[in-house]
Amino acid sequence: MLGKLSWAAIPFDQPIPMIASLLVMLTISAILLLFTWKGWWPYLWSEWITSVDHKRIGVMYILLALVMLVRGFTDAIMMRSQLALAAGGAQGYLPPEHYNQIFSAHGTIMIFFVAMTFMVGLMNFVVPLQLGIRDVAFPVLNSVSFWLTAAGVLLVNMSLVIGEFARTGWLVYPPLSELAYSPGVGVDYYLWALQISGAGTLLSGINLTTTILKLRAPGMGYMRMPIFCWTALASNLLIVAAFPILTATFAMLLLDRYLGFHFFTNEAGGNAMMYINLIWAWGHPEVYILILPAFGVFSEVIATFSGKALFGYRSMVIATMAICVLSFMVWLHHFFTMGAGADINGFFGIMTMIIAVPTGVKVFNWLFTLYGGRLRFDAPVYWALGFMVTFVVGGMTGVLLAIPPADFVLHNSLFLVAHFHNVIIGGVLFGAFAGYTFWFPKAFGFKLDERIGKAIFWCWFIGFYLAFMPLYILGLMGATRRMQHYDVAGWQPLMLVALLGAIVILAGIVLTGVQLVVSIRTRDQRRDHTGDPWNGRTLEWSTPSPPPAWNFAVLPAVNGLDPYWEAKKSPKSHRQNGPDLETIAVPRNSPIGFVLAFFAVMAGFALIWHIWWMAIAGLIGALMTILAHAWRVSDEVEYVVASQRQRAAI
Amino acid sequence: MSASSSTHSEVREIPVSERGPAPRNVVVSFGFWLFLLSDIVIFAALFAAFAVLSHETAGGPSGNDLFDRNRVLLETAILLASSFTCGLMSLAVEQRKLIPAAAWGAVTFLLGATFVGMELFEFHGMIESGARPDRSAFLSAFFTLVGTHGLHVSAGLFWLLVMFAQIATLGFRPMVLRRLRCFSLFWHALDIVWIGVFTIVYLGAH
Amino acid sequence: MAEPIETTEDQEAGAPRVAGGSWQGYLTGMVFAIILTLASFWVAGTDLVWGPGVPILLAVLAIAQMGVHLVFFLHISSAPDSLNNILALAFGVFVVALVVFGSMIIMANLNANMMSMPELMNMQR
Repeated sequence: MLGKLSWAAIPFDQPIPMIASLLVMLTISAILLLFTWKGWWPYLWSEWITSVDHKRIGVMYILLALVMLVRGFTDAIMMRSQLALAAGGAQGYLPPEHYNQIFSAHGTIMIFFVAMTFMVGLMNFVVPLQLGIRDVAFPVLNSVSFWLTAAGVLLVNMSLVIGEFARTGWLVYPPLSELAYSPGVGVDYYLWALQISGAGTLLSGINLTTTILKLRAPGMGYMRMPIFCWTALASNLLIVAAFPILTATFAMLLLDRYLGFHFFTNEAGGNAMMYINLIWAWGHPEVYILILPAFGVFSEVIATFSGKALFGYRSMVIATMAICVLSFMVWLHHFFTMGAGADINGFFGIMTMIIAVPTGVKVFNWLFTLYGGRLRFDAPVYWALGFMVTFVVGGMTGVLLAIPPADFVLHNSLFLVAHFHNVIIGGVLFGAFAGYTFWFPKAFGFKLDERIGKAIFWCWFIGFYLAFMPLYILGLMGATRRMQHYDVAGWQPLMLVALLGAIVILAGIVLTGVQLVVSIRTRDQRRDHTGDPWNGRTLEWSTPSPPPAWNFAVLPAVNGLDPYWEAKKSPKSHRQNGPDLETIAVPRNSPIGFVLAFFAVMAGFALIWHIWWMAIAGLIGALMTILAHAWRVSDEVEYVVASQRQRAAI
Repeated sequence: MSASSSTHSEVREIPVSERGPAPRNVVVSFGFWLFLLSDIVIFAALFAAFAVLSHETAGGPSGNDLFDRNRVLLETAILLASSFTCGLMSLAVEQRKLIPAAAWGAVTFLLGATFVGMELFEFHGMIESGARPDRSAFLSAFFTLVGTHGLHVSAGLFWLLVMFAQIATLGFRPMVLRRLRCFSLFWHALDIVWIGVFTIVYLGAH
Repeated sequence: MAEPIETTEDQEAGAPRVAGGSWQGYLTGMVFAIILTLASFWVAGTDLVWGPGVPILLAVLAIAQMGVHLVFFLHISSAPDSLNNILALAFGVFVVALVVFGSMIIMANLNANMMSMPELMNMQR
């Protein structure tokens, strides 16, 4: 009746997960009670949960990412404190099987549910506004994408309380992840959570690519698109082309685990290397899916706060699209040491070095944009400058690792761990926070607290260097990744420095919460009445803050790059004539995303625990939901609004 | 379009990219086109797995022992014919002719169902004879690749049934027409995947 | 300022149609596809073609038939408003080729350089 599920699945004997899950459940119940007590549910349901407005969905994505950042960081600080303690003969406080779950969960959560979710959220919020249109191509699908991601998040977090998570590393390499060596439900939690959220990501990628290629304001040709839209286009094209590989690879592993197939097993001709090959054919483009939108954010921030047009817009576009293509041709550098010959390793090593060239072009473009500009030092700029220094360091250690002989020495060491944290924290996370600070006033109508914002930056910046520079040295000293304890007592001082760095970052995360609370409390003093708090260049700043549901009452006519900047210089030149009242069709809210996510969680949970009747029920429920939606004939609500104010702004 | 854009700047025709948001049917078709491409990439991963594992029979039966080329030729003919009738159905739909559309749709459905039936029969025979997917890596890859294609065809059949119901209840309204266009893209794309399947899996068997 | 009005029908009666093709087009495609399919099956079964050439010929025939399907059934054209479709298709073909051929080359190289898994497992016993 309940498959593999029993009371034994709940780890009553392990205090750490029990306390953690107790805290999580207490927090959730407190939030639920608060909402019920305040009577916020109808508002939440009609304005957020069922909303198909790209701005609301973007905000929900980012909220989800921030929550998961806390979860992923908890794992991180547990690992750092474990390694600070477990030197010489000491074993620390985390037993190996628990430690393995923690580093697997940390990687999975940080990549899929923090970095990915944050970037998709930013693109969702910003892209339609920058393109001068009213919504994405498929608003209801957008809501479905978000809720499928949320379903994946829920499944990952359920593994904390019911059962266990994978102990196999964040990419669950077989044969370790095969049923023979991982008989528990941990790998199944991983696989189903990522299959569900991966479907959401793929749909979101299709949606945004279609939006950028087919829906732009009149006059906005390709070479007039804001650079963030270009990077979003490249990133979403990569999602469309790479995520199917992930889906297929996970499907093969699932068939191995559930039906005894032999894709990646040791027996009957299976080949585990095929998994590693395929997963990195997805995995390397994934790195660029994350970093390209961050590049876009920095381009917008640097141009805006320098008060100058971006230097080398065309070369930036070409570099972005070159990275988009090249990112598919380097994947073997993730497994140089796994047996390929010198010819193959040499080819992929050289390709990896080549991809650093367009990235270098971008760095020089940012430098030349800064050069001669009148830089205003607001918080987003701190992130951008911190990024440029940190990312170049990370990029150079990457080129070092791209040399196969060097990789043979450094692979699987803490040097590698330091390298990818260097590019992902220094690149993606700094970009996420720059974008968060930059577009927050657009989303909510008031600025975030500047002083705390800068303090957050310094915490992350200093904390990052303290936490990860020691790891480069430790890696060169021979410390491997994923070790739960070590015998060399000489490593301990550096491990303690790394822990200190993690604590400084913790202060940054706490301050992010403080900043939100303080800014919300003092929002009346920090209101943005102009809609353009930073003296922006692109169309999103021509709308009021926050923008109305329809963004633009009249679609702006674009006749160049940085259209809002040009319009501000000559305010009367681009007025259009038209009626004072506009009829605007706004897509109607739909609960389909939430309902589908409910059935997806139900089916996913049932499949993890082999509760077949419930899995079938979940799938039928999802199918019925889709069919019911297919017969919905009224999908838009029309508003009649005065369009004069909009036009005056342009 | 081409000549006018170069000579007189005043009468310059606006390029497609600057004409503002595309009409709904273009947007939907393009979005579905991207979905199909992502679907093809799923098949690419499965083809790659098959190509790598097709020699790994682990002492079990190989492709040459199992496959019947005549049946595959018949399957190919049926699927190709269904692609043709699907095309005729979409022509009838564009002209809002209900009876021909329904008739060609029904033929498409029957051909597709026959194809799935033949595939199931083949799978059944193989499993009966001990060539199960858990016998060897080659058979795992074979059943997954061909089975995924069959699953897509089955999903297409279900979609076609739903579209019959939509035409019956909602008529040829724009929403239904857009979905019918997407269906025909889907159906033709499955035929393209099948070209890869019969060439690599069946004719390339060793 | 705003009062919602429910709409029941999407407004796009005047929107241009997506290219639909004609029954002659479908018939032409069908004839080409039949010829190419029969040629594929004939090449695979005959002894008249030089052995190592068979896979290459099969690949050529398959790619030709995919082209026929794209042109006559999926109505790919070089019209300016289907530029996006063509570019997306090109990117898709590029990725498919990389994944399939890249995997085959890499895995062949790994298999040539590495001991196979069963042998390795036997050594450890």
